[in-house]
Amino acid sequence: MRLIAEALSGERHAETLFEGVSLVLDAGGALVVTGPNGAGKTTLLRILAGLLPAAGGRVSFEEGGEDFPTVAAASHWLGTGNAMKSALSLAENLDFWRAFLGNPLRGVEEALDAVGLGGLGHLPFAILSTGQKRRAAIARLLVSYRPLWLLDEPTSGLDTASETRLAELMAAHRASGGMIVAATHLPLGLDGAQELRMWA
Amino acid sequence: MLALYLRDLRLGIRAGGGALTGIVFFLTLVAIVPFAVGPDLNLLARIGPAILWIGALLASLLGLDRLFQADREDGSLDILLMSSDRHLLALTVLVKCLAHWTASVLPLVAASPLLGLFMNVEPAGLGAAALTLLAGTPAITFIGAAGAAVAVALPRGGLMISILVLPLCIPVLIFGVSATYGAVADPDPFLQPFLVLCALTLFMAVVGPVAAALALRNAE
Repeated sequence: MRLIAEALSGERHAETLFEGVSLVLDAGGALVVTGPNGAGKTTLLRILAGLLPAAGGRVSFEEGGEDFPTVAAASHWLGTGNAMKSALSLAENLDFWRAFLGNPLRGVEEALDAVGLGGLGHLPFAILSTGQKRRAAIARLLVSYRPLWLLDEPTSGLDTASETRLAELMAAHRASGGMIVAATHLPLGLDGAQELRMWA
Repeated sequence: MLALYLRDLRLGIRAGGGALTGIVFFLTLVAIVPFAVGPDLNLLARIGPAILWIGALLASLLGLDRLFQADREDGSLDILLMSSDRHLLALTVLVKCLAHWTASVLPLVAASPLLGLFMNVEPAGLGAAALTLLAGTPAITFIGAAGAAVAVALPRGGLMISILVLPLCIPVLIFGVSATYGAVADPDPFLQPFLVLCALTLFMAVVGPVAAALALRNAE
């Protein structure tokens, strides 16, 4: 499996943010996108995910097989929002995503354990703290399989212990042939990752 | 898909009490009409079905602005959009519409015979009003979904949706009310307008979600 982007350019509100970004990511690879606020990190990730049209260039996902024909189909998206409903419990939220996303991987309890929220599945999502909500959103990446993780500031709100746990989860994902593209300000502990620096 | 239906149904029932808001609005609207037009029972019975339809139409538009906006705010919408290779986006929209209809509009249909009593509508008319609302209100939700998708990025899209959607709902209103009258007034037919109403709902079940999916794709 391989993620390829050729000469991508992105614009936001008719203003060009970046031009000529090319990248190739093989199975097990990771890419860290860094740069100041407003440099277009999120825009780049959204273009990769197919949520925004690229102003120029091309994105493709090769050798994904039947299950993962496009980048969007092959990706987990962890954006600024946690994609969880406040009125539902943690377990109900994850159960839903597990059923809706398909390709089930870990069980809900197991995923909650992996992010350090074991035994809290019955709690309403609304009463969790900011960091716990982020961890719940990370648990969503574990309940269903996608080869590519697109992470936008994955560590926002996380404490040091959770950051370490996330680094371990990402390492395990890469070890099993997964790929990661992360936009971040902080070091994520991704060994041997490519780096793409963007300028405002 | 069933998971999405159940999730939205749960949210509709649990969060915010959308169904209750709709019913209270419906009740208020029907309850003030006799004060406005006076206590002439014959007149009330004559305009009753039309008032029921207008009330249900407006009440069912109430919660529509949240149909996609809530998902957009918490980031779920991005993931629903990205899943379009697995689940056809129009189908996702259709399922969301059905869940919204079940949670917010079906209670209005259930309440309509009771509210019809306020308007001195005869029993056959009460049954006909409930039946036509049951068949016709899904069309309003499907049309409304297209409006909600267009207005998803707007901060206060509620009014915008009503303005976009109401003109398109006029045919549904016309055939819904005329079928209801058909059941009460003798020379008027019931079956023909009722079948047209069903056809409108089926037509909108296809057109509405497809239009909404198209609008959501290009919302950014």
